[in-house]
Amino acid sequence: MGRNKLALFGATLLSLFVLVAIFAPMIVPYDPSAILENDTLAPSAQHWFGTDDLGRDIFSRAVFGARISLTVGLVAVVISLLLGTLLGALAGYFGGWTDSLIMRFVDVMLAFPSIFLILAIQAMLTPNIYNVMVVIGLTSWMGVARLVRGEYLKIRELSYVEAAKAIGCSPARIIFRHILPNAMGPIIVAGTLGMAGAILTESSLSFLGMGVQPPMASWGNMLMDAQAYLLDAPWMAVIPGLLIFTTVLSLYFVGEGLREKVGVS
Amino acid sequence: MSLIEVKKISKSYGPVKAVDNVSLSIEHGEVLGLVGESGSGKSTLARMILRLIEPTAGEIVYNGIQNIRKDCQIVFQDPQTSINPRIKIGEAIAEPILIHKILPKEKIFRRVAELLTLVELPVRYAKRFPHELSGGERQRVGIARALACEPEFLILDEPVSALDVSIQVEVLKLLKEIQQKLALTYLFIAHDFSVINYMCDRVAVMHEGKMVEIGQKEQIITMPQEPYTRKLLSAVL
Repeated sequence: MGRNKLALFGATLLSLFVLVAIFAPMIVPYDPSAILENDTLAPSAQHWFGTDDLGRDIFSRAVFGARISLTVGLVAVVISLLLGTLLGALAGYFGGWTDSLIMRFVDVMLAFPSIFLILAIQAMLTPNIYNVMVVIGLTSWMGVARLVRGEYLKIRELSYVEAAKAIGCSPARIIFRHILPNAMGPIIVAGTLGMAGAILTESSLSFLGMGVQPPMASWGNMLMDAQAYLLDAPWMAVIPGLLIFTTVLSLYFVGEGLREKVGVS
Repeated sequence: MSLIEVKKISKSYGPVKAVDNVSLSIEHGEVLGLVGESGSGKSTLARMILRLIEPTAGEIVYNGIQNIRKDCQIVFQDPQTSINPRIKIGEAIAEPILIHKILPKEKIFRRVAELLTLVELPVRYAKRFPHELSGGERQRVGIARALACEPEFLILDEPVSALDVSIQVEVLKLLKEIQQKLALTYLFIAHDFSVINYMCDRVAVMHEGKMVEIGQKEQIITMPQEPYTRKLLSAVL
């Protein structure tokens, strides 16, 4: 019961953030990149969240940052789900050497500390928002692959899969039409939790200057800008920090709630 | 010429011989019973005939069967797991017709309705999901799906043993009717002699992967030659 309420709370907050992100241009009082007269103003009626070191309105930047952070999180997680599901399904359904090959590749990928891997790849590419999404997606599918493989191992033993073979379904048809819909529950849970991870990674990357580039605002690079002003203008750090924290926590609440519903451990 | 001839077939899983050097022939239009305890290799033998499992030794000769995936079908024991919970009944029955291109797309719905009627289910069930049906109804869906392939040969792998006793008789009657109406050949797996007695023409008895005895039903039931068959028979009320 407690979990359900938390999940509902998380879902409500997330929907709010998503709406804010979609309607960002209609919500913001100022241009997020416009430099206003006064820098590091404390939160007030004019500037709800204050202004930053360059005199930009933090509320407007946070609203546009929601767009970037949520989009990056969503696209990265979709890439990771597609890749993880495909490889996990092939490994789990075919077994044998296909399974060994794919799962050893998963082990190799997991053996890299992912943040260093991402940093290394990002260092070779131009750090822009598209590369961030793709690189996060390509380095976070391994958990999904393991999970999906397990589901496929379990489901392929059920007799409706045998029935599908007996009526002459091709392996592709069995994998996508017969097994995948029955494995969707855990995949959606993994996606929700994965999105939280992707948003955190995007924030870390942007914080390190390897992610979303200024003047485009993301919650991560707002934090980076705040570093030098922690004592003089703490709101510069607190606002994006709280937003990241709330979004990630909400996603975890929703993920845990769904997990309980679906019955995955 | 027999429809299917199984010649000295074996299947081993490591040191375990699930099926050990079994030969039998299945004649056109007959109902051959296959009896034995669980673990005696009945199901493994059935799956080898369907080529769902490859035998480790021996061969199976098919006469007049072009495509095993279409002409040989199976009805499973447990209707809870043998029907995909995410696929509507109508789509499940239509799938083999689509895959084998038996009918053009626009004629499929009528055929599905015919098949549902044949297994004595209301046509409106086509739009339902499996969880909305009872065990007996689902088993009928399993039968309709197998018949949608327009098979020559049907394997029934203990098709009533997971059902309520009150429903078992109905389903058995239906299976017998269908066999006669469509002139099908059945391999009927069971562990219950009263079911075998009702359904079959001939009976084969398996024990620990080996074929123990095969013959006409009356002969096996009234004058079993093998001690193991006698033991099985004495377990019947």
